[in-house]
Amino acid sequence: MKQKIGPGVIVGFIVILVWCLLPVAWIISLSFKSVSETTTGSAQFLPKSWTIQNYKDILSNGDFTDALRNSFGIAIIATLLSVIFATLAAYAIARLDFKGKRVVLSIALAIAMFPVVSLISPLFDMWRTFHLFNTWPGLIIPYMSFTLPLAIWTLSAFFREIPWEMEQAAQVDGATSWQAFRKVIVPLAAPGVFTAAILTFFFAWNEFALAISLTSTTSSRTVPAQMSFFVGPDPFNPPYSQLATAAVIVTIPVIVIVLLFQRRIVAGLTSGAVKG
Amino acid sequence: MAAIEMKNIVKQYGDGFPAVNDVSIDVADGEFMILVGPSGCGKSTLLRMIVGLEDITSGDMVIGGKRVNDLAPRDRNLAMVFQNYALYPHLTVYENIAFPLRLAGASNDEVDRKVRDASKTLELDEHLERKPGNLSGGQRQRVAMGRAIVRDAEAFLFDEPLSNLDAKLRGQMRTEIARLQRRLGITTVYVTHDQTEAMTLGDRVAVLKRGVLQQLATPRELYTNPVNLFVAGFIGSPPMNFLPATVEGSSVKLPFGTVAIPEEKARKAQDKGLLIAGIRPQHFEDAAVMESGKAAPGSTFKAKVDVVEWLGNEAYAYIPFEAPAEVQAQLLQLERDLDGDALRTQLVISLDGASRVQEGDEAEIWVDGSKIHLFDPATGENLTIDSSSAGTIPSDTSTQEVAEQQDAIATPGEQEAQAQE
Repeated sequence: MKQKIGPGVIVGFIVILVWCLLPVAWIISLSFKSVSETTTGSAQFLPKSWTIQNYKDILSNGDFTDALRNSFGIAIIATLLSVIFATLAAYAIARLDFKGKRVVLSIALAIAMFPVVSLISPLFDMWRTFHLFNTWPGLIIPYMSFTLPLAIWTLSAFFREIPWEMEQAAQVDGATSWQAFRKVIVPLAAPGVFTAAILTFFFAWNEFALAISLTSTTSSRTVPAQMSFFVGPDPFNPPYSQLATAAVIVTIPVIVIVLLFQRRIVAGLTSGAVKG
Repeated sequence: MAAIEMKNIVKQYGDGFPAVNDVSIDVADGEFMILVGPSGCGKSTLLRMIVGLEDITSGDMVIGGKRVNDLAPRDRNLAMVFQNYALYPHLTVYENIAFPLRLAGASNDEVDRKVRDASKTLELDEHLERKPGNLSGGQRQRVAMGRAIVRDAEAFLFDEPLSNLDAKLRGQMRTEIARLQRRLGITTVYVTHDQTEAMTLGDRVAVLKRGVLQQLATPRELYTNPVNLFVAGFIGSPPMNFLPATVEGSSVKLPFGTVAIPEEKARKAQDKGLLIAGIRPQHFEDAAVMESGKAAPGSTFKAKVDVVEWLGNEAYAYIPFEAPAEVQAQLLQLERDLDGDALRTQLVISLDGASRVQEGDEAEIWVDGSKIHLFDPATGENLTIDSSSAGTIPSDTSTQEVAEQQDAIATPGEQEAQAQE
């Protein structure tokens, strides 16, 4: 059914678009301005003279590329681990009746609500003792832990939606429990798995507080933390155009991933499984 | 292919709910066995115990001479069609049917040959590359059956496979299933709550009530010789009429008049006081349309017809009557057991399509006295049963005790939920 779009809807649409996209456009525009233009405090929205010098500079900056590598590595590994653990845990929560199920769920929720910042100093001490300070695992472990609860909750909701019969049918057809899980349940929960993966990846990709506190060199520092070191030679005149360029570059993977996964998050994947 | 033997199967849920009680059924190799009963009678639970999705509390499940109580579903080599089909929505029809073969590690050639074979049998050829979501109910049903027949399973198990289809399709698929089973000659256990499916499909039918086996017999035996009120009321459509009756000599006194019955039947029911007479609607007729010779063995009575439903080849006439309190209670209980909720006690009679009886008429009705069954109102037992042609009747079909246990644990709504799980 097609609904007629009134003028009010269009106006509202434009307002929301401007509200959301203006800062993005501003950053993109900044990234094409030359350093001299931003330091003089130019007020115009579009650059006077377009330049891609900022991109050349930042991509030849060894610290930045190292940070980019760290960001990708840490975010991807944390996402993979988080999704794998969350899938298994959520499946157990959705399907099995075991003692302490509620406790597991409430603890997971409690972790999700826990303010990350308050954990930084104990983690800092612990990681130094365990020699995890300034390493990839040192960031992967907390990222994974903080995203697990949300992933578990999302996925267990998806698993609950999958009819029991699917699994029973698979078992009758000759599947082991593991085969039934892998070949029937996981593909059906794919939208949930991708949702959880996206949320986890974004958290790990954007996280700043832990990244700045638990790292000391570019061997494990991620992009958000690295960007705070882009102060330039003059503390009163930070290189805005360079910062904007870095921001644009770190945003690109996020957009690519959303576009990529969006196709997988197709609603109604389970339609046709059972009647109704 | 294999025979399935159930020996004293009991299923008790964790809360003590007795879902299946001491049921023994033997399904011969190649036989089409129906498990039938109203909702909550344990028929689905029994089927799930055969396939291994439900643990067996006690008793032996023997398939092909091997005790399978402790085997996982995948080790029992049975094929099952679920009520809601349970197709894999992320796989094409082809891959859905191929699924069991792939799990068994069949080669691609073998998979292809068998899948094409099955799809030809079920006329699914043009749908092989589609996803289940794009199929109609009947097509999904056929895919579910394809997944079953593609394997060389020991037996087929059907869990109310037609209940999600509309009436017309249901009739077609019913015939299709019967044809398929005859052709493949495979042992089949089929669960349904629909007595028409039970009568038309089954070689033999097991009638269950509250997890207790009532009677195990051929459809004809069930129809002509029901063991008790429950079976009598469950089998046949429209259902059998139950009337208060007293036997005097060789005739039965009914609310409408006195009907002569055969000596032998009268003897069995002599001096039992108030009884319940069971007469099928088909054993009545409008005396006016009968040939004079045919009317001889029965009796006639006059009654005021309340409602007439004319269907062309036949007509149903409804005649209300008052039942005495002691029979009324039993009939109400029976109605509940059968999932019904009749508001009044009434006689349903099936008349010939040529009958001109109108609503409100005082019609002369003929009844075939030789087909009357007489039931003990206290136990529900059929007093006039011909046990030589009534199939297998378990020694104790009383559900009184079980019913009390079940009611103590769960309300009917919960039972329903339990049966669905």
